[in-house]
Amino acid sequence: MASTHDIRRRIRSVRNTAQITKAMQMVAASKMRKAQAMALAGRPYAESLNRVLSSLANRVGSLSHPFLEKRELRRPCVLILSTDKGLCGALNTNLLREVAVLPKETVFVAAGKKGKQFIARMGRELLADFDIKDDASSYRVRQMSQFLIDQYLEGKIDSVSVFHTRFVNTLVQKPEQNDLLPIGRLAKLEAGIVEKPPQELTSDENLQYIYEPNGNEVLSALLPAYLHFQVYQLVLDAKASEHSARMVAMKSATDNAQGMIKDLTLEYNKVRQNGITTELLEIATAQMAMA
Amino acid sequence: MAGKLRLVVVTPEGKTFDDDVEQVVMPGVEGQLGILPGHVPLLTQIQPGELDLQVGSRWNELAVGGGFVEVAGDRVTILTDMAVKVEDIDEHAVERALENAKKALLEKAGSPESAELMAMIQRSTSQLNLKRKRRTNS
Repeated sequence: MASTHDIRRRIRSVRNTAQITKAMQMVAASKMRKAQAMALAGRPYAESLNRVLSSLANRVGSLSHPFLEKRELRRPCVLILSTDKGLCGALNTNLLREVAVLPKETVFVAAGKKGKQFIARMGRELLADFDIKDDASSYRVRQMSQFLIDQYLEGKIDSVSVFHTRFVNTLVQKPEQNDLLPIGRLAKLEAGIVEKPPQELTSDENLQYIYEPNGNEVLSALLPAYLHFQVYQLVLDAKASEHSARMVAMKSATDNAQGMIKDLTLEYNKVRQNGITTELLEIATAQMAMA
Repeated sequence: MAGKLRLVVVTPEGKTFDDDVEQVVMPGVEGQLGILPGHVPLLTQIQPGELDLQVGSRWNELAVGGGFVEVAGDRVTILTDMAVKVEDIDEHAVERALENAKKALLEKAGSPESAELMAMIQRSTSQLNLKRKRRTNS
């Protein structure tokens, strides 16, 4: 049986760990709220963008733009939005499991260290990796989406999908695939910009816009903006998922640590009482021998 | 004199401005573009520069990045990747950012990042210009 001293030391160490996990839980909770608030702050932008796009989509009708054309899929590209750090439960494992089954010719762009390490370990082709911090601005994310767009336009990749973890609620995050390029039908553009179900578009106002310089040019400038914004929203969604997963993981770690402290305290008291009993017995025996 | 214009400036990070104005002058891709109440519906692009808006009899400025303008009825919506009110511009921070971006551009000339850096330099420069102009005026 371990000595009281050993048990005391273990209790102390477990208590310290619990303190750390508790702090991480708090930090993750506040970061999660921040990411959610940031995603929500993009809503007016999304709504305006939708309105403008839908008005154009009706008008321009048959527009040819490289973003809209389907190509033969020789080199599909996948953007993985993973986390930089672990300690967030099965979040990355679940996401990367989906990635592992992709066909061999797929090339990858990684945001987050975990995704990058995974691609390296699997021996797949990594086109680029981006470092997206928690407080990433939309410019920072734009760098990444611009890279993807450039690669796509140069014909180095034939499609772009994004793998990220969708934030369903604090307890549930599920891996999801979003196809970015080519853009399917133009009419589909309004969907999926906001994390909640997309609202109906009020196309009945039917304003006759004047386009400057002309409709096609405005539309071809709008499409990249649409893509940038979509990627930005996905990144924020992935961040919210990461932090909520970490929060839950850290909460259960704290709970486990508390349980362990309870067990260890019980054990400690048993050992201590045992010691006292033995001592008493010894004294009693000694007294009897003297008498 | 017609009514007022409702000007809304939105970026992916949120709404920067949402209020009634008398008129607004913005840097359109085809030159300066002034919008008064009662303008026909218009959809156009803007380039990085300064946005002047008149509230009452006072003029106010915003530094904006590239983006789009939608004029519909008496509502003007500006979609841009950056919008900073002149009083919120931190001159020193912008100067530092500009220095860093220029330095980085020298090192990384021709790389995919250089376009992004150029855009950033442009954004910073337009903020600085606006701030300095404001100071000499007042």
